Amino acid sequence: MQDEEVLGKAYDSRLMRRLITYLRPYRKFVAFAFVLILFDSALEALFPLLTKVAIDNNIRQADVRGLTMVALGYLAFLAVKFLSESLQTYTLSNTGQKIMYDMRMEVFRHLHTLPPSFYDKNPVGRLITRVITDVDVLNELFSAGIVSIFGDIFTLLGILIAMMLLNWKLGLVTLAVLPLIGLATAVFRSKARDSYRRVRIAIAKINAHLQEHLTGMSVVQLYNREEKSLLKFDSINREHLDANKDSIMAYSWFYPVVEILSSVAIALIIWYGGGEVIQGSATLGALVAFIQYSQRFFRPIADMSEKYNILQSAMASSERLFRLLDTKPALENPRHPIRVQGRVRGGIEFRNVWFAYNDEDWVLRDVSFQVKPGESVAIVGHTGAGKTTTTSLLTRFYDIQKGTILLDGVDISKMDLAELRSAFAVVLQDVFLFSGTIESNIKLGSPITRDRVRTASEDVNLASFLRTLPLGLDHPVNERGTTLSVGQRQLLAFARALAHDPQILILDEATSSVDTETERQIRQAIDRLMEGRTSIVIAHRLSTIQKCDKIIVMHKGRVRESGTHQELLAKHALYYKLYQLQYKDQEIVTAP
Amino acid sequence: MAAVTSSKWKILSRLTPYLREHRARISLGFVSCLLTNAFLVANPWIIKYAINGLEESVTREKLTYYAEVLVTFTLAQGFFRFWMRHLLIGVSRDIEYSLRNDLFRHLEKLPVSFFQKNKTGDLMSRATNDLSNVRMLVGPGIMYTANTILTAAFTVVLMLKIDWRLTLVALLPLPLVSYSVRHFGRHIHDLTEESQARLADLSARVQESMSGIRVVKAFVQEDFEIAEFDRMNRTLVDKNRELIRITSVFYPTMQFLIGVAVVIVLWYGGRQVMRSEITLGDFVAFTVYLGMLAWPMIAFGWVVNLLERGRASMERLNYIYGAPPGIEDAPDVVSSIDVEGEVEFRNLNFAYNGVPTLRNISLRIPKGKTVAIVGATGSGKSTLVQLIARLYNAPPRSVFIDGMPIEKIPLHKLRRAIGFIPQDTFLFGETIRENIAFGVESASDAEIRRAAEISNILGDVEGFPNRFQTIVGERGITLSGGQKQRTAISRAVIRDPKILILDDALSSVDTYTEEQILHQLKEVMRDRTSIIISHRVSTVKEADEIVVLEHGAIVERGTHDELLRRDGYYAELHRRQLLEEEIAVSD
Repeated sequence: MQDEEVLGKAYDSRLMRRLITYLRPYRKFVAFAFVLILFDSALEALFPLLTKVAIDNNIRQADVRGLTMVALGYLAFLAVKFLSESLQTYTLSNTGQKIMYDMRMEVFRHLHTLPPSFYDKNPVGRLITRVITDVDVLNELFSAGIVSIFGDIFTLLGILIAMMLLNWKLGLVTLAVLPLIGLATAVFRSKARDSYRRVRIAIAKINAHLQEHLTGMSVVQLYNREEKSLLKFDSINREHLDANKDSIMAYSWFYPVVEILSSVAIALIIWYGGGEVIQGSATLGALVAFIQYSQRFFRPIADMSEKYNILQSAMASSERLFRLLDTKPALENPRHPIRVQGRVRGGIEFRNVWFAYNDEDWVLRDVSFQVKPGESVAIVGHTGAGKTTTTSLLTRFYDIQKGTILLDGVDISKMDLAELRSAFAVVLQDVFLFSGTIESNIKLGSPITRDRVRTASEDVNLASFLRTLPLGLDHPVNERGTTLSVGQRQLLAFARALAHDPQILILDEATSSVDTETERQIRQAIDRLMEGRTSIVIAHRLSTIQKCDKIIVMHKGRVRESGTHQELLAKHALYYKLYQLQYKDQEIVTAP
Repeated sequence: MAAVTSSKWKILSRLTPYLREHRARISLGFVSCLLTNAFLVANPWIIKYAINGLEESVTREKLTYYAEVLVTFTLAQGFFRFWMRHLLIGVSRDIEYSLRNDLFRHLEKLPVSFFQKNKTGDLMSRATNDLSNVRMLVGPGIMYTANTILTAAFTVVLMLKIDWRLTLVALLPLPLVSYSVRHFGRHIHDLTEESQARLADLSARVQESMSGIRVVKAFVQEDFEIAEFDRMNRTLVDKNRELIRITSVFYPTMQFLIGVAVVIVLWYGGRQVMRSEITLGDFVAFTVYLGMLAWPMIAFGWVVNLLERGRASMERLNYIYGAPPGIEDAPDVVSSIDVEGEVEFRNLNFAYNGVPTLRNISLRIPKGKTVAIVGATGSGKSTLVQLIARLYNAPPRSVFIDGMPIEKIPLHKLRRAIGFIPQDTFLFGETIRENIAFGVESASDAEIRRAAEISNILGDVEGFPNRFQTIVGERGITLSGGQKQRTAISRAVIRDPKILILDDALSSVDTYTEEQILHQLKEVMRDRTSIIISHRVSTVKEADEIVVLEHGAIVERGTHDELLRRDGYYAELHRRQLLEEEIAVSD
């Protein structure tokens, strides 16, 4: 559950193997970068050698010409190294970006194959973290982590080889400190990892506490909880502080220890190497080169231990990402879908449909009804009767457990999902608007001409509102469309539905009250929408109900009554009571 | 210019008291930094002696001595480096800790309106990211500034001591280094910001696409969404690649320039050695100093960036620290008062955000009585009761408790006397026990059980595997709306309040359970004042007085029977609910 707190191993070969597959399309670039890294490391080992030559062969021999040549050579190598290093960094970071792009597309595309029930269970915030943050962490692994680890290893190898070639005895003496460095690094790593883990957990707790208290601050204040909540926050805050102090401790001693060991190496070079120089078995230049090597040698080791954190976060992120990618869509598109011949006509039938969101908690029980092409049907019922569920089953947002739903006589579970849904236009109670313009919200992504958008907005009475806007259809809509009124949002949703010209309309009428003028406009718009197409309306307006060919009364998941308004009223049963409760008052307004 | 700069950094003055608190450690940290660098620059000097010695037949003993001194000095340097980091970074963590506690303490004082005005996400980001940036300024920012300056100063002085001409030629590339740090730095900074903005766009896109997934699916817009995402994803990657083009040249450039300085020393210094102007030891020491100087030159840009970012974040944090609490005890509060429970509104007029919400309300609720408030959504019911607990400030002398103007009563005592059950139940992600005991100093198991019994949650709790230790919310069990409300009632009841306020707090509880709860509450609240807001007639019908609000004004008042006879809003409400019940029970 607490995904974000989990901090697993620093290296997991199963995850790593899967991560490596993302490199495959770019293997040429990766190979190229590796060659450059090798080249780079060789150059890195070369510079102290040049210094040795300059000292032994030129400076001490008073050879000005030779010194100039060595200096020029040094400069040339510097230039080459500049080029290869730039190229290598660019190639790898660029590949990292490409991989990041690929991964984001893969995750986002995958998310869109998952059914609504997945979204019922997973908060949006968590999904954003997957697509944005986790992929970012992996990018760091690809563009910085893996590479610099290899870079560091090669540099170490290069220096090692150079030292051995130059003077193997002195080399071995210098390397005597290596086991100590290894030990220090190991201790440091385990301390740093432990405190890093504790810091991460503490941060997660701090965030949770803050989030919770920012949301529930009024309860805190009403219940005089300020002191206690502060005390609790203080204790979490202190956990964070303590973990950080441990981490400071680890870092504080690690760097000095590496420095001390490095100077022990230099001391050994002076002491032992100096002796060799006196004996004449080593040159002064070689000694200087060794001092330079020992300085270059310890930097990569200190670096490598820092890369550890990158690796660790990357493993945690990839684990979460892969788990998401492995979530299979519950609704499967049939492999060989049955195609509807020609245009969908719009005949609907529910045949003994049973449905539950969880287990056997039946929301619909044995529901059967028929809607002929072009017919309009109102579904009415008390809260929780199963009205909205019925409509979401039609577009296969969920799959039913028992029975069959047919469109033009074809079982909808055998149809192509996209083709099925294209036959419908759904207007939900709570209109969802995307940031963009009014036009983009009507069109969505469909290839609809501006003319049709304009006609649709005329037809649903949105046009009069559009005329009051300087930018008209290009009027910007912000996230969720909060700058528009409830009524305007309704009309916009109608225009959206009409512009898509569906064979079947599903309309969940909004209950929110609007002023009489808007009410009149909405009512007219609904009439236009229903004209000439199969319509299924979860109705809250008496006027809508009265216009429908048939009314289906649902109660506790069953179809209880059906017929026309007058027929049902005459029955004096459930519909009659509902009418008394919900619609009777509207009669006064309805009367012209 | 200086004035502008000084005011720009004045934002940081909030940190002064925190820094002052730790001044001893900070001073010691700086001293350690100074000593670290003093020992650091001594090392090449020893190498210099050693090399010089080797040129003129030195003894083995002398060499051993040099080696020992070298190690001793590094030990000293390491010792002080340890303390430098330990003290300066440690202080920054301590300051971060205090800043965070103070931030939380301040947030607790801010009025409800502040949390309505500011998005939680935004406040979270200030309390976490910005605080961390300020910490980076106080810790690594200050430490590296001091260290960079000291290392550079010490090194250059010793280089000059070896030979001023060599120093001058060796530092020739220096202006180029600082130029490219600034030049690249600005570009990197700008591009990073743009890239961050593109990332935020992408993130917003995901947010929209995921929130509107039903519309996307219903209109078969998956491909369009993916194409849009693709476009933005590509824009982000393109921006990043622009950034990469610069960063991949930046560090190699630095290395190249420093390498050039090394070549200059090799060539010019080498010739000086030949001419015997300097010794070979001088020459070697000089190259080591040059290496020491490289890091501060590169780090300089990074440190400046750290300070800039910290300053900007401090400004964003000051927005919270500087927000006025608004609801506080006035200097003239009567601290000796004990709340008995009589509530009175006198000609109360109240506007929220400039919109008149309550008009001319006069109502007295004697101690021990129950008053119910009904009315349509937006009629001002919640606002009215919120004024009693001073979640908002009513105009002076319009709300009275026991005849005393509410603003004269210490806030703490006022709220302690109230058991307020808000409309939106908010439980914390803790155990049920902790949630019930939320508003009391301490509670025995018996008291917890009793409160749970009164609110009819006891049975449910006993059914949970961990009973009262069951954790609520994401990390534990998901309670139903009714269970949450009943837990919230326990939370209020256990406080043994003089005034109990139920703001539509039984809406998710079925009528049968509701009746039981009300019955039990009646026992407990015998001598207490109760105010009940509800849409249900069944909830309010037993009240001593029922008040109907419409557009912020009282339009009907009386007992259940009286109001039924009036045949107004309340009578209509009653009629509808009878019908509703009929429908609900039919099968």
